[in-house]
Amino acid sequence: MNELRLVVNGVERRTEARDGESLMTVLRERLALPGSKNACEQGECGSCSVLLDDALVCSCLVLAAAAHGRDVRTVESLGSAGELHPVQRAFVEAGAVQCGFCTPGLVVATVALLRDNPEPTDIEIREALSGNLCRCTGYGTILEAVHRAAREMYAG
Amino acid sequence: MEIARDLDDALALAADLPEAELIAGGTDLMVEINFGRKRPEDVLAIDRVAELRETSRNGRVRMGAGVTYTAMLQGDHGSRAICEAARTVGSPQIRNAGTLGGNLGTASPAGDLLPVLAALDATVLLRSARSERRVSFGDFMTGPKRSVRRPGEVIVGAEWDDAGPAQTFMKVGTRNAMVISVAGLALVVDRARRRVGVGLGSCGPTILRAPEAERFAAGLFDEAGWERATAPGEGARREFGALVAAAARPIDDVRGTAAFRRHVLAVMAGRALDRVGAIA
Repeated sequence: MNELRLVVNGVERRTEARDGESLMTVLRERLALPGSKNACEQGECGSCSVLLDDALVCSCLVLAAAAHGRDVRTVESLGSAGELHPVQRAFVEAGAVQCGFCTPGLVVATVALLRDNPEPTDIEIREALSGNLCRCTGYGTILEAVHRAAREMYAG
Repeated sequence: MEIARDLDDALALAADLPEAELIAGGTDLMVEINFGRKRPEDVLAIDRVAELRETSRNGRVRMGAGVTYTAMLQGDHGSRAICEAARTVGSPQIRNAGTLGGNLGTASPAGDLLPVLAALDATVLLRSARSERRVSFGDFMTGPKRSVRRPGEVIVGAEWDDAGPAQTFMKVGTRNAMVISVAGLALVVDRARRRVGVGLGSCGPTILRAPEAERFAAGLFDEAGWERATAPGEGARREFGALVAAAARPIDDVRGTAAFRRHVLAVMAGRALDRVGAIA
């Protein structure tokens, strides 16, 4: 076992991790944060996307023990049931959610995109979300949701 | 699990734990661990080693092993083809984590930076607590996922001559994003040094050069003038493509057949020659 201290969503958390255990497993199974989804475990699908020291990464590819002391932001930090983050609201309003499995990863990736680029083009959105697979929507409504969120976040 | 604070710390820890798996971005090693193909006793994290994230450029380019693909896309890192290759790697998530050192350390024939390093005639820099080695990229890889890196050694970076803008990288995959190369090709025309380099990826057990194609292209530039932009004719393009395809040693595998790989190499080589010929 490896002792592990992380700042998760602004709060210092102390836990532990087995050798080889991923950050995704620690978030889901030790810290009760199941928003980061477990699917491919090889960085292909993006459903476990988090911000690690502000960089968008797949938490399944982060060795938990190597992240000791670092800052993690998960989808749980973005909004609450009562007050959604503008990106979450835009996904709901644009109908960009079907089964919902990929949604947390897409929301985190969109937050990272709009942080760096307030007015992305379609091509820039496709590029920024190329690491997030959705098998339901065909992506059309997701593009619309990202534009909608950008307008809302940066209007005026 | 050890986390190196700086380069001296990394080298000391690597000396203590010579068999440790090194981890930087984790995009290769974690897949092996998640799928139960590796269960390393010791892991040494080198992602916090600031010295490995530096790049210097002074006629000769030296890129630190910890430079991520995202960082390669952001600054001028002394090779347009490196930038083009980095752009084809994975997704933003993968590019934010994966590094030059990881691409070298994994030593996959499909590593996207590696054909560029071959075409640039790059040198791989390896250090241990006791010594420092410089290995020509052509001697670095010894087989699929095998290299000359010794226990206790850390890949600290790669170095190459600043070859100017006439260079490019191309790759064929089954789709645009998140794709492992079916075939990759780098072409470097160093107009100042009058040198042509061709590197081939996913087309043999190691990254290959194409010496006959390089000699042929050098002949074209001898004739046309090394300093001038040129448009190679159809015949020259075809001959160059055939020589590149002949240098490959591809196999049939899950990503493509040997015949397809030879075909796309010839097509990419012709296009690369056009593109690079136009850049003076």
